[in-house]
Amino acid sequence: MTPTSNVSLRAVAVRRTGSLVLRNVDLDIGPGTAVAVFGPNGSGKTTLLRVLATLLRPSQGHGEVLGATLGTAAVEGVRRRIGLVGHEPALYPNLTLGENLELAATLLGGAGRAAAADVLDRVGLAAAADRRASRSSNGMRRRVEFARMMLIRPDLLLLDEAHVGLDPAAWRLVGHLVDDVTARNGSALIVAHEQDRVRPLVTRAVELVDGTVREVVA
Amino acid sequence: MSLPRQVSALMRFELRDELRAGEVGLIVLPFAAVALLIIPMAVGIDTPLLARIGPGIYWSIVLLFGIVVTQRQSAVANPAARDMLRLLAVDPAARFAASALASTMLLLAFEIAAGGITLLLYDPTLQSWWWLVVLLPLTAAGLAMIGTIAGNIASGLETRSSLVPLMVAPVAVPVLLGAAQATEGLRVGSGILRWVLLLAIVDTVLAVAGVLTARPLEESAS
Repeated sequence: MTPTSNVSLRAVAVRRTGSLVLRNVDLDIGPGTAVAVFGPNGSGKTTLLRVLATLLRPSQGHGEVLGATLGTAAVEGVRRRIGLVGHEPALYPNLTLGENLELAATLLGGAGRAAAADVLDRVGLAAAADRRASRSSNGMRRRVEFARMMLIRPDLLLLDEAHVGLDPAAWRLVGHLVDDVTARNGSALIVAHEQDRVRPLVTRAVELVDGTVREVVA
Repeated sequence: MSLPRQVSALMRFELRDELRAGEVGLIVLPFAAVALLIIPMAVGIDTPLLARIGPGIYWSIVLLFGIVVTQRQSAVANPAARDMLRLLAVDPAARFAASALASTMLLLAFEIAAGGITLLLYDPTLQSWWWLVVLLPLTAAGLAMIGTIAGNIASGLETRSSLVPLMVAPVAVPVLLGAAQATEGLRVGSGILRWVLLLAIVDTVLAVAGVLTARPLEESAS
């Protein structure tokens, strides 16, 4: 890993149920950098994000995330510095939006209810705090995920098509999150299909094709 | 954040989620009541026979429906929520303990409610009822921990829903045996201490196994 990288992958491969999902992936992401990851369905984008989130061990190769070597116990020390917004909202369906955030804030060791109320307000959901997650729209659930990122303030922000179906105001929240992370010398990775929409948010773009990463020239 | 605080927070929110969903109270318990009702309907009005078989039927129902309680939606976090807890650096042992404790409380409530129905339908006579204060929580804790460990093992598998009951049933035999034999001892007035000890030992082994396997199971589930 270069000393200035938040993410460094060298010849990383991931094998799932017998077949290679990622193969020979080399990727460096420096501080203050936001990278877009494009690629067709099934090209391994989500797998790449799960590897970077330390949730999936590489089958081969070497990788470091925020200074921790992937596949070692050291990743547990950096997990709290990683924020992941995936395809599916990570919410307890029968808890309210406020309670879902309160749980995260409590587990982060903060003032649960007050912190939850603060970030809910910042994502424009103060009035919907008592609404159950299962009875909220997809856009509202996404905003709650963004609010959780505001609680975590990650050094590595990973967004897996998190912007799908968002209204313009919610889309601006994505921009604010990315700006906040990069301003603190963190890094952001945004998996997306809509290149035109994501390009303004990032400094670099790569494409995943058949499990390998290629740099995209603007 | 300390492990006890993680356990406390997770258990509190898991129980709240379950109370809102009402899966145990509105679905599992009514079906268990129907199952308890079917046997007297088949046997007929043979009061001595019903009183004799009542405790055995009760514990069988507790085992069968207890598995469902331990695998309720609020205990089986969706993959995204599971990832979130991992990234929030929640200790896997805390997750195990919280889930097992929440299941224990729900199973205890289920045992008490199903026990009331058993009393009404079977009218069993026990020499001492006080032992139930020990027996019911020990059995609930044992089943809860078995269900939680089995759920962790099957986590992420497509065959989870069919695999978990198949794993739980044989492992739960010592718990069911201890509970049923202790209740039989209470019915005929013989000593039950060895059966209570069996339950306590099984619970202790399960607690140690659950804590020790929590992390490797969580890491392997990804």
